[in-house]
Amino acid sequence: MKRVHCNLEFCVNCHLCEVYCTLAHSPYNDLVAAFKGGAHPEPARLFVEERRPASFAVQCRHCDDPYCVTSCLTGALYKEESSGRVLYLQGKCIGCGTCLVACPYGAIKRRMKPDGHFTIVKCDLCPDRTRPACVEACPNLALKYEEREQMNP
Amino acid sequence: MPRSLMQPEFLVQRDKERCIECKTCVRQCGFGVHEYEEARGVLVSNDSECVSCRRCVVFCPTGALQIKKNEAYRENSYWTEDRLRDLRRQAEFGGTLLTGMGCDRTYPIYFDHILLNASQVTNPPIDPLREPIETRVYIGRRPEKPVPASASGCGIPLTGMPMQVSAEVPAAVSAEMPCEMPKGAATVELGEMAKGPTTVESGEMATEMPPAVKLEIPVIFSAMSFGSISKNAILSIARAAASLGTMFNTGEGGMHRDLEPYKDHMIVQVASGRFGVDPSYLNAGRIIEIKIGQGAKPGIGGHLPGEKVGEEIALTRGIPRGSDAISPAPHHDIYSIEDLRQLIYTAKEATEYRKPVSVKIAAVHNVAAIASGAARAGADIIAVDGLRGGTGAAPKMIRDNVGLPIELAISAVDRRLRREGLREKVFLIAGGGIRCSADLAKIICLGADAAYIGTAALLALGCHLCHKCYTGNCSWGIATQNPYLTRRINPELGSQRLINLLTAWSHELKEIMGAMGINAIESLRGNRLQLRGVGLPENELRELEIKQAGEAM
Ligand code: SF4
Ligand code: SF4
Ligand code: SF4
Repeated sequence: MKRVHCNLEFCVNCHLCEVYCTLAHSPYNDLVAAFKGGAHPEPARLFVEERRPASFAVQCRHCDDPYCVTSCLTGALYKEESSGRVLYLQGKCIGCGTCLVACPYGAIKRRMKPDGHFTIVKCDLCPDRTRPACVEACPNLALKYEEREQMNP
Repeated sequence: MPRSLMQPEFLVQRDKERCIECKTCVRQCGFGVHEYEEARGVLVSNDSECVSCRRCVVFCPTGALQIKKNEAYRENSYWTEDRLRDLRRQAEFGGTLLTGMGCDRTYPIYFDHILLNASQVTNPPIDPLREPIETRVYIGRRPEKPVPASASGCGIPLTGMPMQVSAEVPAAVSAEMPCEMPKGAATVELGEMAKGPTTVESGEMATEMPPAVKLEIPVIFSAMSFGSISKNAILSIARAAASLGTMFNTGEGGMHRDLEPYKDHMIVQVASGRFGVDPSYLNAGRIIEIKIGQGAKPGIGGHLPGEKVGEEIALTRGIPRGSDAISPAPHHDIYSIEDLRQLIYTAKEATEYRKPVSVKIAAVHNVAAIASGAARAGADIIAVDGLRGGTGAAPKMIRDNVGLPIELAISAVDRRLRREGLREKVFLIAGGGIRCSADLAKIICLGADAAYIGTAALLALGCHLCHKCYTGNCSWGIATQNPYLTRRINPELGSQRLINLLTAWSHELKEIMGAMGINAIESLRGNRLQLRGVGLPENELRELEIKQAGEAM
């Protein structure tokens, strides 16, 4: 399947992938509104980690045999057969955080819902777009969305 | 020192309404201007460090940032802001003022006082989309006279040898020339080179030409060394040169091993520091360039401080890690044209006369005589670098006050070489201030065979002309060796930008030539009838050898 691959050599640590991920998952079309429109902006589904000089965008690898899915207590997480994406059902998630611990990449984050309960956020590969928003936002071609032999970059 | 009298040169303005506190600016500024104060949870900027490289402006996703000039000094029309600032700085810190890139002062720009011609009715224009227009040129020495191939060494014209038979040689025949041509010369097709003299020897035709290299477009990337710019910037340029069918120049820093795949498009430079120079280096490229001077700092050598000489640079330059890389002002073995001749022929001997040798000189007041001397000394190519030429570091007073605009310099060199019967023997490259395809066309009309571009190429890679190359903090990842910054140039993307730029220039050049009714660079070169001056006094028109706008052919 096509995945987002980050090139460690050319990631410039700008975090624009995170910014545009937020925009893509927010109800607004405008960046300022996406961050300042509501009480809580949508969190980014990928995270840039840095140890200078290097930096690297971490996001769900949509593993062939995902630990998170195996570990999920309620069956909220699942692997969509048709696309290969690892997705979750908000309604089923109880925010226990088991998947956070199970994921070897640390690609899942927990967030609080307006009702005070926890749930998770993770990359969904932007199902409504031809190319994920992060890939389009990358100013240095460090992120590529393509089919590769290797799952990891 | 008591309180400093220096004021910030620029002011950073952040629109709080638009800022989303993503901190991209904090991470992108190479000069550490922006900071996120954890305690107060606010973004602050230290204006006095800002150099207006605009990395933050370009990268801020919401357009929240603006950089404004700070009107801190009370200037007048004589004591301008930069004069006041420089004076204050020196009063406070002493020392030579340093700067980077090219001269930015308000000298006349002759390019902007020259208009191009176009054909109407009597000599119809050519449509480049329908008819071929040739932008190809061959860089190297042109043969003086037909030479029997066996009588001369390869590529050394022996004057006065009796000519046997001269004829246009068909491409197929020329492939059998007895003289050995450069091996692995991907862009030199023997057939195409064989426009030169032909001899018949024991019943077989033989053609000999001095070594030459084909350029698909008369634009070459000028010398920028590994050290002055990052490896990724050089790789971008090298890749673009290979893809465009032109050349790039290693600069004086030696050849990084990663440039191996681009050797067929490489000019290797030999400067006064002789960094990384050995027989394999000389033989690695297609052309050897002896650098005498640089337009940005004529008469001044180079100095790459030891802090920047890391492992890679040390290896490439062949010097110890951490040692200052100093290029003396003169070549210590060149004090005359005769000495220059020795070095030129040393280079030729070392490469068995298979490589054209170029001599690069800065445009100074006596440039025409020096170029003439270089031509006589055996240079196959002469590169003249004008006042606006860039640099990684130069004393500001030299950069801004020494030299000649390239338009005047090329005109003078071309005239002198023509008068002395030398022009047809050498290939003339003009560098230092070519900004667009119209400048390119104009400089060719003024006598150049091709142009060097350096600043224009860096601009394509992202440079914003902040003139702070010498600090090594280039936010755009170009003039720096800091690994946090150099990764900002991805050669895949960088080379594409350069290819786009020169492809566009090539189209435009063809449009310009087509409009003139000219279909080959050969017919454009030195064609001053296509130029007219506007707003230039008579003596400048005379220097440029062009007519006043309004005067007919
Ligand atoms: S130095 Fe460049 S990146 Fe830093 S604040 Fe100034 S313009 Fe922005
Ligand atoms: S890059 Fe722009 S939006 Fe992001 S913190 Fe800086 S000023 Fe604010
Ligand atoms: S190369 Fe970098 S430091 Fe030099 S002028 Fe351009 S942006 Fe500034």
